[in-house]
Parts: sequence; C-alpha cells; structure tokens
Amino acid sequence: MKDFWQRFRRNRGAVIGLVLLLAVILIALFAPLLFPQSPWKMVQRPFLPPFDMGQYPLGTDALGRNVIAGLAYGAQVSLLIGLVSTVVSLAIGIPLGAFAGYFGGWIDDSLMRFTEFFQTVPSFALAIVLVAIFEPSVMSIIAAIAIVSWPPVARLVRGEVLSLRSREYVEAAVLSGQKTSTIIWRQILPNTLSPIIVLASLMVATAILLESSLSFLGLGDPNMMSWGYMIGAARTVIRQAWWLSFLPGLAIVLTVLSLNLIGEGLNDALNPRLSRKGK
Amino acid sequence: MPSTHASAARGNKMTDPVSSASAPTPVVTITDLQISLPEGADRPYAVDGISFHLNAGEILCIVGESGSGKSMSANAMMGLLPDLVSPTGGSILFDGIDLLTLSETQLLDLRGKRVAMIFQEPMSALNPLMRIDDQIAEVYEAHGLLTPSERKKRAIELLTEVGIPEPEKAARAYPFQLSGGQRQRVVIAMALALEPDVLIADEPTTALDVTTQAQILHLIADLQKRHGMAVMFITHDFGVVAEIADRVAVMQFGKIVEEGTAKEVLDHPTHDYTRKLIAAIPTLHTGDASAPIETAPALEVIGLTKSYRSGGGFFGGPERIVHAVKDISFKLGTGETLGVVGESGSGKSSVGRCLVRLQNPDAGSVLLDGEDMAHLSGEKLRTARKSIQMIFQDPFASLNPRSKVGRIIAEGPIAHGTPSKQAYARAAELLELVGLDPSAIDRYPHEFSGGQRQRIGIARALALEPKIIIADEAVSALDVSIQAQVLDLLDDLKKKLNLSLVFITHDLRVAAQICDRIAVMQRGELVELGTADEIFNAPKQDYTRSLIEAIPGRQRELEAAS
Repeated sequence: MKDFWQRFRRNRGAVIGLVLLLAVILIALFAPLLFPQSPWKMVQRPFLPPFDMGQYPLGTDALGRNVIAGLAYGAQVSLLIGLVSTVVSLAIGIPLGAFAGYFGGWIDDSLMRFTEFFQTVPSFALAIVLVAIFEPSVMSIIAAIAIVSWPPVARLVRGEVLSLRSREYVEAAVLSGQKTSTIIWRQILPNTLSPIIVLASLMVATAILLESSLSFLGLGDPNMMSWGYMIGAARTVIRQAWWLSFLPGLAIVLTVLSLNLIGEGLNDALNPRLSRKGK
Repeated sequence: MPSTHASAARGNKMTDPVSSASAPTPVVTITDLQISLPEGADRPYAVDGISFHLNAGEILCIVGESGSGKSMSANAMMGLLPDLVSPTGGSILFDGIDLLTLSETQLLDLRGKRVAMIFQEPMSALNPLMRIDDQIAEVYEAHGLLTPSERKKRAIELLTEVGIPEPEKAARAYPFQLSGGQRQRVVIAMALALEPDVLIADEPTTALDVTTQAQILHLIADLQKRHGMAVMFITHDFGVVAEIADRVAVMQFGKIVEEGTAKEVLDHPTHDYTRKLIAAIPTLHTGDASAPIETAPALEVIGLTKSYRSGGGFFGGPERIVHAVKDISFKLGTGETLGVVGESGSGKSSVGRCLVRLQNPDAGSVLLDGEDMAHLSGEKLRTARKSIQMIFQDPFASLNPRSKVGRIIAEGPIAHGTPSKQAYARAAELLELVGLDPSAIDRYPHEFSGGQRQRIGIARALALEPKIIIADEAVSALDVSIQAQVLDLLDDLKKKLNLSLVFITHDLRVAAQICDRIAVMQRGELVELGTADEIFNAPKQDYTRSLIEAIPGRQRELEAAS
C-alpha cells in the first residue's frame, strides 16, 4: 500500500488530478449547504455577467438562475451518474468476461458474439435510443450508459482471465479440488484487479461525458441540474453570453481530465513494469 | 579468413592475440567497478568494487548464483544497464579507453564491432519477422560496411562457420523455422560477423537441451581458438565451467570472492562459498539404488497416449498433429522415486500432466488404487486427485501473489471439507515440516525467496496427504545450492511420509541424485527404463548414451574418479 502510494505520487499529473477530483467531490457533497436555494430558482435578472455581484460570483443564466449553484449541483449529478453507471457496467462485464475467458470453447464464442453485438452499435446512438425509450430519469440514464459501456470491461477481463487460467497456481487450485467458482473468484479475479481499476477510472470519465451529451440534447433528468443541460440551455445565447456555455464546459473538462490523469497514475502505480515513464 | 574489412576497421591498435599467447595481455581491465541499485533494493550495489581482467585468447567464466551481479558487470561493459541502475565508480579499460566514459554514439561504434554479445534466449534475441541472412546483413549495415551482395555472401559464410546444416537454406529461413540450438548458432554468427576482440556470452546455453548445450559449448570454444578472441562467459553452472573455462571468477553478492585458473578453482577452491557451490552440484554417482522396485505398485500406467492438434480451422490448411506421448506404460512402486528425463519436446511434462488429469489423455489408463484416473470425472476425479498431487516448476508462478501463504496451503483441505481452523493449524505444521517458520502463514508469497517458495509449494502438495507426488522440473528454476536443499527435503519427506515420487526433469545430474529408477523419453516415446545405476553406467540405447555423454563436466568427474 505504501509502495503503491509512492509510485502514484511519482506521477505529478496524477496528484494534480486527484486534488482536482477531491475538490469536485467536496463541492458536490457540500452543494446543499453552500447553496441552500434550488439551482432552478430565479434569483436575479437574467444574463448577469460574472464578477458583477459578490453574491452571484459567476452571474446568472438566461432565466436568472444562479450559475455557480448550478455548477455545484451539476457536480453531484455528474459524479453520481459516472460512478453508479461504471459500477453497473463492471457488474455486467466482469462476470461475463470471466466466464468467457475461463471456460473457453462455445461459451466463450457465444458470450463474445453477444458482446460484439453491443460493440457494433455506435454507443452514443444506442444510449440516445435507450433513454428515449425509457423516459429520461437518473435511473434510465444510468442504465443506458451502463449498457453501452460494459463491452470493453468484458473484453479486458476475458483477456486477463485467459492468460491467468493457465498459470501454475490456478492448476494447483484445480488439483487441490477447489470448485470452479472458488477458483475464478479467489484465484483469478483478484489478479485481474489492477487493469480493471485503471479501466474503471477512465470509464467514470467517459460516463460523465456521455451524461453531459445526453443532457445537452435534452435527454437528461428534468429534475436534476446537470452540466450538459446548462450547456444545452445556453447554446442559443452563446453570442450574448458565451460564459454560460463555457463555465459548465470547463467543469466537464476539468473533471474528465482529473479522472484521466488519475487513471494514468493508477496504471503507473499498479503496473509498475508497464509504466511509460520508465523512471 | 575473410576478415580484411574488420581488421582494417580495427586498425593496428590490437596486438596479435596469437603471438601474445605466451604472455597474456589483458584486453579488458575492470578496476573497482561499482554499480548502484535503485533505492529499496536488497543491497546498495549490484556490483561492489570488482576488479578483474580478461586476457586475449582466453575464456573467462564468471560464475555465480542468481542476483550475484554477474550479468550486470557484462551489461556495464556494453553500456546496456537498465535505467535505474548506473555505474557509480571504477573503470572498464578496453584498448586504453574507459568504456564508462563513452557517449552513446561512441558505444554504438564499439558494440558489435569490437565487443559482441550472445544472449541467453536465442528466440528473443532474433527478430521473428526477418530472414536469417537479413539479420546478419543488418550487423554490417549498422556499421556501414560491405555492399548488400557481399553482406549476403558473408552471412552464408558465417552460417557455414557456425555449423548450421544447409546454410543456404537456413539463410532464407525465419527464426521460428530453426531449432533452439540452430538459433543460438545464428546469434553466435551475428556476434562473429565483425570479428570482435571480445565476446560476452551471457548464459548462452541455459535455455538449451543438454545435447545441444554440449555442441554449442564446443562451438564457442572452437571459434574462440580460431579467431583468438577473448571470451567472457557468464554462467551459473559449474559443469559448464569445467567444460570450457580457462580462468574462473566466482561472484557472490556483487563481489568477486575467488579468481583463478579453472583447475585451481574447481579442484582446490579456497573460498567457502566456492566450496559450498561445488559441493552442491549433484554428482553423477547414483545412490544405492537397490530399493526393491516390485513392491505393490502405487500407480500403474498402461498405454498412455496424448497428441495435440493445431491448425486446420475454418479455412482448412492441413491439421498439425503432435504426438506428445506415445503408448507409454510403467509402474511406480510404493516409496519409489521414478525419474522421467528427456529433452524439451520429449513429452515428459505431458506425461505428468496426464497423470493428474490437468490434460486428458487420448487413450490408456492410469490405475491408482484400482481406479482408472484417466476416465474419472466430476466428484470422483476430485476425490481421486487427493492422493496424487503436483509440485510445479516455477516458484514465482505457482503461488497466487494475492493470497497469504496460510490460505494457499489450507485451501485444498478446506475445499475437501476440513474445518478452516483445523486446516490452518495443519498448514502451520506443514510449513514447519518443510523447514519454514510457521509464522509464514500470515505473509504473502513475494516476501519469500525462490527456494522458500518452492518449499511452500511442497507444503501445499502435502496438505491433502497424497500418496503420490509428481514433481515437474521442481528444482530447475533454483540456484544450485538451493536446489540441493530442496532435493534433500524431498528425499527426506518421501521417506518420512512413505510417498512415491515421479520426478520429471531435464537435468540428468538431479535425476542421478534422487531417482531409484529412470525413464528416458524421446519424442513421446519411452526409450529406456531402468534403475539409475543401469541408466548411468550401462545405458542400452544410443539416445540414452548421447544424453549422458553430453552432461557438462562429466569428463572431469570421470578423470577425478579414476
């Protein structure tokens, strides 16, 4: 653990990413305390520019809503959807990949053809269709994102399991009479953890982008203020008030960037031999 | 000897090695070389203040166990140290120049032309996508020598010189089309291409079979004499040293503990460590193999057959069938150690894996306690496997890195219904039995050395109280002194627990030491089966004889005995 932290710290970008992400998490957690009023509520005249009034440091949007409050509540939505949808896609992808990799043969073939079926459909189009079918809500958005993002997990886990199942310690476990489920669960999966963690951190970032894109198209949860929705709403007034699109965009960029930096740091720390930096 | 280009490139800096043979001139002088390891390594210096010299026209063997720093010193000469490791002191004088002070471009000119290197694994030293003659031509191209057609011609001359059959054909082959020994010959040809003054050979025969090893050693010694090169030969194997060395330097923990002529060091070692290493080499003297074999057989194998199929997929192409095991039958007596020896590809590992059903045999039966292991499945197989367990080759791959040692050992009994508390208590006992501290239970495998890990693997195999243990190359990955300890442990346990052992190995010395009877395999067939004494002293088959004659260091041992 100490080693892990030391190697992680060596990647300066990863540390910056971690600090950024912690800041976003704190803002999301404390949003209701910092901004007790709903972010949907009109508080001032529309198009109040940033830094004009101390009370509303980032100004107001086209309907006079507080932009900074919107950003803070948007962080909640982005992180929630990013995390939960990633957990769901891991829950689909890991068992599928593990079974395919361990058993091989026709099980592998059929599971992989099934996975490819999802991979061949453009993921964003599929997500739009899914959300449009189920009524936009947090649940349906999470489900849609999870359904389009599990195939890479299954592929990764399958590959790892494929190489691990012929290891001598797995053979020893077979000889000692352990059940197949025990072997997969205790001998193989713990050793696939590092690449999964790295992939998961990057998937959270992709999920946030997907959610923002969906909300931008008006397919977000209508009760939740999200960054994508804010950009979408400000799109028509981009010439009068560019900052209304720019600020939530910046929030997305920083959050996604921080997750990618962390992912790379995790990769260096968990797979020290593959570290691209060498020293 | 068509070497005009090379000697021209070299100029007259070198004295002629042949004429100076009477008074050896050092080609390379290493003084107080110190190479530091990154922080957190087990010692501060990989190489700690070593000094030695390499004379023209001699073979200097650097011997040591893994981690002794022998390869690091060679890599330092070539400027090939890994990123985190750097020389911190001393000098490597070659031709009056300190190699440690040279820039990368200066080194580029030196590598290959003046100092060449042969590596351990010929497959990874060759580019798999390039034809052999192109790879050899590349050596000249890198130094801007010769015209393309001359390069090809030289390639064939070199291949002829290193004794590859049908050099014209081999020149147009890809590395995968050649055997391991032929690939190593190609690597040697590439090293010789520019007539270097110094040849560094880093464990060049370790990955090869014993008969091939003997040929390659012979080739290196022969080429060294013909070209008057200085050869720095790195090895862990004293048998190889006895075959090839003029002088020997023994390394331990980054220091040279003993240096001298081969005869001095091998016959009258002065340092304790050298003495210990030499004593640890299994002698070819077979034990008192008078153990009555025809006791009730613990295991009876009848007509075991296994073949592998590959290719021949959807779009056809002929299916390739490799007959790994062809109709093999033998009996294993209770309390007996049966050695299965053979070169790589002889099918010896497949036999072991078929016995425990890690692979399913195509035909034949494996009778164990009246039941045919070869045709059991499901729950019955699971129960039958309790009495036949396996020890694996690689101490690093055979233990789950994410499990604690206690769990690794206790898992088997727990899976068979032993209460977990009892299983862990038994694991502690087993650890003690194999000579480890019972507190090891709460530690992870990576905290142990190779030898200790192999002991953990043995404890795991014993946990289910088997009657038979299959040891598949169980000591091949270990250093010779550790190897001796593990072999002693196995022998001891076998007697204490009345186990029967199937010992699969490529190393005939090891087989001689531990086995009561030995089965020799070649290309899937059982060539000869007899007591260890018969196999070593009166082999009936030519193949067995050629295997035994190829054992490095055998000649010297015979001379010492007579």
